Amino acid sequence: MQMFDIPVQVLFGQLLLGLINGSFYALLSLGLAVIFGMLNVINFAHGAQYMMGAFLAWMGLNYLGIDYWWSLILVPLVVGATGVVIERLMISRLYQLDHLYGLLLTFGLALIIQGLFRNYYGSSGLPYTIPPVLSGGQNLGFMFLPNYRAWVIVASLVVCLATWLAIEKTRLGAYLRAATENPVLVGAFGINVPRLITLTYGFGVALAALAGVLAAPIYSVNPSMGSDLIIVVFAVVVIGGMGSILGAIITGFGLGVVEGLTKAFYPEASSTVIFVIMAIVLLVKPAGLFGKAA
Amino acid sequence: MVARTQTDALIEPSANIGTSRTYPYLFAGLFVVLCIAPFGLYPVFLMNVLCFALFASALNLLLGYNGLLSFGHAAFFGTASYVSAYAAKEWQLTPELAILSGTAAACVLGAIIGALSIRRQGIYFAMVTLAFAQMVYFVALQAPFTGGENGIQAVPRGRLFGLFDLTNDLALYFVVLAIVFFGLVAIFRIIHSPFGQVLKAIRDNESRAISLGYRVNRYKLAVFVLSATLAGLAGATKAIVFQLASLTDAHWSMSGEVVLMTLLGGMGTIFGPFVGATVLVAIQNYFAGFGSWVTVIQGVIFVIAVLAFREGIVGVVSRWIKKPL
Repeated sequence: MQMFDIPVQVLFGQLLLGLINGSFYALLSLGLAVIFGMLNVINFAHGAQYMMGAFLAWMGLNYLGIDYWWSLILVPLVVGATGVVIERLMISRLYQLDHLYGLLLTFGLALIIQGLFRNYYGSSGLPYTIPPVLSGGQNLGFMFLPNYRAWVIVASLVVCLATWLAIEKTRLGAYLRAATENPVLVGAFGINVPRLITLTYGFGVALAALAGVLAAPIYSVNPSMGSDLIIVVFAVVVIGGMGSILGAIITGFGLGVVEGLTKAFYPEASSTVIFVIMAIVLLVKPAGLFGKAA
Repeated sequence: MVARTQTDALIEPSANIGTSRTYPYLFAGLFVVLCIAPFGLYPVFLMNVLCFALFASALNLLLGYNGLLSFGHAAFFGTASYVSAYAAKEWQLTPELAILSGTAAACVLGAIIGALSIRRQGIYFAMVTLAFAQMVYFVALQAPFTGGENGIQAVPRGRLFGLFDLTNDLALYFVVLAIVFFGLVAIFRIIHSPFGQVLKAIRDNESRAISLGYRVNRYKLAVFVLSATLAGLAGATKAIVFQLASLTDAHWSMSGEVVLMTLLGGMGTIFGPFVGATVLVAIQNYFAGFGSWVTVIQGVIFVIAVLAFREGIVGVVSRWIKKPL
């Protein structure tokens, strides 16, 4: 069976890989968008926190015997807690200043986290075994679908949509959106805005860590796993614009698929295709696909 | 979003207004010190400092005087060093021509990336430049003429104007000193020209500059291209000094490093980037044996500089002696 001169297995295989990458783009850009909406800070440490998530899952399994499912719950909580501490101690001191300082601070934090992990674990990857429940796969006739990969796509979709629902449909989400619009007024209504900001940062960081745990069995766990990914995610964020939560999710998955298809048709361009799309979007619609014109 | 003060500027608008008559003396003093330095210190280390001083000063032209944070300046530094190395090795050009071709390449790339990047502002601008620089990095990784992971090695230093042999470190040092000093003085002149005054006006209050009739985007693009070209000059020179162009020069961590140099020395000061570059290159040099701790130290300096030391070293000194530096 052939399609456009490319074997169907290859095409669907790349499509699946694209969806997997898209799952991570979506999760990470969602976290970035949530944090940016509330704090007006681009969290450069997002990639490092994703890497921390993967590492903590690995450490939990190898040092403490915590299995994958507990890691899914515990690791985001732990990393989210470090996020809360970082926000209280450092980021909260920068709100009066230019937004760029937040970017510089979190960049410094990313360097620290990455450097520490590289010191103790070197640059090579550590394997994380797929939980037994999810090993194996389905033969769909036209391709082989590993169970774990299917689970990652589903889990990512569920988490993304749950986040979107929480922000759009719950009371807390309403406070959050209101505080994004007008923090002073919301504070005047007796809502503790600084606490809301802290929790938002913690939540965004926890999302990054969750993505890290999901990624651990697919990509090998290594200290630089987040640093290259985060730059692609930045491009995703620029393409989608950070005005909309749903926009971040759609752009993330969409660009993952585009990247996967590029790998199938023209592999040389697969690492740059997202940046090329970003250039085109900047020319045509500078505010981003879902962004509001500033 | 917490309640903000009205000024959203990176730098106090009151800083660095007007020229000070001490500048010519400071430049002359620096030049004399740098002429004596290679007889006491290792020339190759000093050349490294000089190249990064020019690189950081070029970034500072954009960041300190126009308020645009480019997180992708490694693209220009790296591209120029590749082109310069390639020209010297494959085309057998003399070093000054190789450096010029590298600089020209950075200028063209700066025009392309700049034209796209200035369409977004503030924090988005930083992300866009970072993403484009990563794209350049991937191209450098895959292109046939860059040598992939190995880079371009064994670049000949050649003969300046076909006459002076530059294999001697000391001879090369004075050539690099001349190039870097030319770059620093050029940046100083740009900042203290009417054009530079407009740049500062845009930095301090963009909407007002627009309402006064300045075509802000043209100014931004012009300063972006100038900054990219000078960053390229630094990269092209470095390739000849170390006889090597590698992926390190084009990686995003290089972009971060040069931002740190500028921040640490003092954004929006003339000599700040020079001081910041000296400190960081010295740290890298003396801590080279500690592996990843260098990254950690850089990160810690970043955090401290942002939280407690935003004026930078030269900025603080400048405040003490009440003179712009």
